[in-house]
Amino acid sequence: MTTHTGRIAHRSPGWRLGRRVAGGFLYPLGLPFLLLVIWGLASSSSTNRFFPGPLTIFEAFRETWIGPAFVDDVLPSLYRLALGIAASIVIGIAAGTLIGLFQWLRELLEPLLEFFRAIPPPVLIPVVMLLLGITDTMKVVVIVSGAVWPILLNTIDGVRATDSVMSETADSFQITWWERLRFLVLPAASPRIMTGVRQGLSVALILMVISEMFASSAGLGYRIAYFQRNYLIAEMWSGILLLGLVGVLLAATFGVVERRVLRWYHGIREVNRA
Amino acid sequence: MPDQSTLLRVEHLRKVYESANGDVEAIGDISFTMRSGELVCIVGPSGCGKTTLLKCLAGLLRPTSGLVEMDGAPVTGPSPAMAVVFQEYGRSLYPWLTVRGNVELPLRHKRLSRPAREKLVTDAIEAVGLAHAARSHPWQLSGGMQQRVAIARAIAYQPEVLIMDEPFAAVDAQTRADLEDLVRELHANRKISVLFVTHDIDESVYLGERVLVLSASPTWVQEDLTVDLPPERDQITTRAMPRFTELRTHVYDQIQRAKRGQTVAP
Repeated sequence: MTTHTGRIAHRSPGWRLGRRVAGGFLYPLGLPFLLLVIWGLASSSSTNRFFPGPLTIFEAFRETWIGPAFVDDVLPSLYRLALGIAASIVIGIAAGTLIGLFQWLRELLEPLLEFFRAIPPPVLIPVVMLLLGITDTMKVVVIVSGAVWPILLNTIDGVRATDSVMSETADSFQITWWERLRFLVLPAASPRIMTGVRQGLSVALILMVISEMFASSAGLGYRIAYFQRNYLIAEMWSGILLLGLVGVLLAATFGVVERRVLRWYHGIREVNRA
Repeated sequence: MPDQSTLLRVEHLRKVYESANGDVEAIGDISFTMRSGELVCIVGPSGCGKTTLLKCLAGLLRPTSGLVEMDGAPVTGPSPAMAVVFQEYGRSLYPWLTVRGNVELPLRHKRLSRPAREKLVTDAIEAVGLAHAARSHPWQLSGGMQQRVAIARAIAYQPEVLIMDEPFAAVDAQTRADLEDLVRELHANRKISVLFVTHDIDESVYLGERVLVLSASPTWVQEDLTVDLPPERDQITTRAMPRFTELRTHVYDQIQRAKRGQTVAP
């Protein structure tokens, strides 16, 4: 028994490093790689032209997106996406905080919010197009019209749920309104707000694509639709691949920000688990 | 300010909670005064409205009738002359701020120069023995240490009276003894007036210069007892004194009578 444990302990540093490498790289990348291999094998024995092999798609990816298309289509899309997300976050948190703080405002707006939230944003595209024309603003408005809701509603809930003892503490020390907002209400609501932002991000990405599929002449969504209509199948798949990569990048960026903003929150959860 | 001046005056305080199922009289008629520099403990049977009383004193609740006066001026809301230490330290400290940030927060709106503010914060954190933990977050500390942070926050605010609502009810017995000595020490060294609400009879006698025994609800002050123990107290010798035992037995007896409702309102 003793020798056995001793042997394990002796071997463990290298073994642990191996595990960390496996956890850091092999696990997250292993399964996608395996799927690619299966896909490659499956497509090589298939004659269906709608499912080209991965190598064909990578080739198309390189030819399609690395070059002028990056500047003409990808960057404008990402720019509108970033603008839409930023506007959704600012509007969602600002309006959500006010609505969460004031009960009369909540009662006034609740039916209206329920109504607008229920409208699927893509149906607004023709309306917004009429009002704003086929412009960047129109596309950003479409993105915001969908992505703002999860952020807004989560902020309202988060702000309303401010702990009563924390509020009483602020009262007893006569903390000013701004300080209360900055040091109590917003941090206390931040876990909920971040949940809303996470949901808003995926909605924003979907709406970025959709807003470009209608009456547009550039952008990622437009390109994908264009390839589709012209039977450029490998190019179409490469566009979908690029969208997936944008999604992964978005999630990774969010993860970094979230860990910073909610360090205290994850810290408490870790302490409670221990 | 002369040491014997009246700091806090409570007269015929009454608090009735109105509800759909009828009114609940939490506090019947409480009157007492507290002099500047005193350490007064309030003890009573459970459910006698101790927390309600304290919130009325701190200006967090509006009494139904009666008067609370601080330095001769009526208390209508939270006042800079009072700082409250709540029982639930975990919900009273802000977990997203460090220990230092928590202590500093109430001082932000006071018109102080930055060095003066920093000094107050550092000084308060040192006074409760947490200088080494100033940069930690509250949830990284034990319960007793968290309550020390709340005490530091209160004394950095420089109130005239420290109001403590069963502050040590949620910490273990050994930590509790340390914290009791900390309160005695702050009271002695810094001449802070302390109003200490507790349900623990021994604690009230050990800490207080005066013990107010409350009746069962609807509450009035059943007894105003002066604790004639020497001002220098420590956990072993003071608690072993025959006079300590007499006093705690007396208070215990009063509380038992209060619970059975054998006392008559004045």
